[in-house]
Amino acid sequence: MTQDLYRRTGAGTHPANLSPEYKSTGGRAPRQPAIVLPQTLSEITGPLLEAERLDALENDLTRQRSGEPLGERIVVHGRVLDENGKAIPKAMVEIWQCNAAGRYHHPGDQHDAPLDPNFYGGGRVRADEDGGYQFITIKPGAYPWKNHHNAWRPAHIHFSLFGPAFATRLITQMYFPADPLLAYDPIYNSVPAGARERLQAAFDMESTRPEWALAYRFDIVLRGRNATPLEN
Amino acid sequence: MQPTPSQTIGPFYWGTIVKVYRADLAPPGVAGERLSVALVLHDAEGAIVPDGLFEIWQANSHGRYNHPEDRRNLPLDAGFEGYGRASTFTDGCSTFDTVKPGRVPWPAGGMQAPHINVSIFARGLLNRVATRLYFDGDPANAEDPVLKMVDPARRSTLIARKDAKGAWRLPIHLGGPNETVFFDV
Repeated sequence: MTQDLYRRTGAGTHPANLSPEYKSTGGRAPRQPAIVLPQTLSEITGPLLEAERLDALENDLTRQRSGEPLGERIVVHGRVLDENGKAIPKAMVEIWQCNAAGRYHHPGDQHDAPLDPNFYGGGRVRADEDGGYQFITIKPGAYPWKNHHNAWRPAHIHFSLFGPAFATRLITQMYFPADPLLAYDPIYNSVPAGARERLQAAFDMESTRPEWALAYRFDIVLRGRNATPLEN
Repeated sequence: MQPTPSQTIGPFYWGTIVKVYRADLAPPGVAGERLSVALVLHDAEGAIVPDGLFEIWQANSHGRYNHPEDRRNLPLDAGFEGYGRASTFTDGCSTFDTVKPGRVPWPAGGMQAPHINVSIFARGLLNRVATRLYFDGDPANAEDPVLKMVDPARRSTLIARKDAKGAWRLPIHLGGPNETVFFDV
C-alpha cells in the first residue's frame, strides 16, 4: 500500500462546510461526505505558475493607480510554510480586499460607502526562496453584509495560496488582532476554536516603518509532507 | 506547525485574482485532441451559482503533468501548464479551451482514465471542494480505479457529455438530489 505524500488534515482545523450561522452555506454546502482519494499524480502535482510574469508593483496596492489611496497604509508580510516548518519557496501569494471605507472595487458590492479611484484592491507576489512575502496596502474597513440583522464583517484581507500540489490549494482570510467584530462574525467563527486564532495577523512593531506605515505579520501554513514519503 | 484554516472566497474576488489567469490552456502547437470543457455550477436547489470560481488542473495529451513530482520520461508541451481558472459569471458556466488529457498511473498499478481535476470556490463554501471530470464514452472509464470507488448511481455526476455545440459539459451540483461526488484529496 502506498502512503499519501501529503498529510491529511484532521478535525479541528477547517470549518464545517455546513455552518448554519453563515447563511449562504445552507444552499451551497455539500451534504454527502467527500470520498477520500489516495493521492495519485493528479493530487501531488499542481500549478506552480512559474511562467507568470509579475509586474514590479503588483505587491504594492497603494501604487497601482495614478494617485495614493485614502486610508491607513500598512505593511503585511510573513512566510509561506508547510506543517513541517519548511519554507515553500517561490509560492504565489494573491490577495484582494475592500478599501478603507469598506467597499470592494466590484460591481456586485453596493454597500453605501465611497469607492476610492486610487484603490483597486488586488495584489500578487511570488514568495522568495525562504517563503517570505510582503505587501504594501491600506487597512481595509469593516462593512455590513446582511447575513443577519446588523451583521458586519471584521476587517480582513483575502489570501489565495497554491503550494506545491493540487492537494495543498488554500483560500483563506487574514484578520487583524483584537478586532471587536471577530466575536460576532460567523465566517471567522466557522473555524473551530483553537484554530481560528491562526487567522489573526500579529501586530509587528519591528517591521513598522517610522513616519510611514504600521506592520502586520501573517504566516501561512499549508499541508506538509508525511514524515517518510515512499519516493521512487 | 498547525495548518492555516480555510475561509470562503466570498463574492468579490472577480476583477482582482481572476483576470490574470486564462481559460485558454493550450496555445497553438500544443499536441493533442482540442476540446472545450463547460462546467456549470448549481446550488442545492438547482439554481445557477453566478459568483463561483472554477479551477482546473490536468495532464497534457501524453499523460504528463507539468510538475517536478511527475518524473516519467514523457514529453512536456511548451506553453502548456495544465492550469486554468475562470469565474462562473452570470450563467453559472465556465468554459475552458484545452486538450484531452492522457492517462496517468494509479499508485497501486494500472492506469487512470483521462480526467481533469476540478476545484470549486464560492461564497457560502467555506472550504475548497474538489471533484473530477471524466469523458463520456471513453473506454478507459470502465477500469478507472476512482470511478470504481464511487456508488454506481452517482458516477454520472463525474462524467461530462458533449453538448449541442460540441463542448464537454458537466453540471456540478453542490447539493440536492443530484449532488456531485466530491473528493477529499
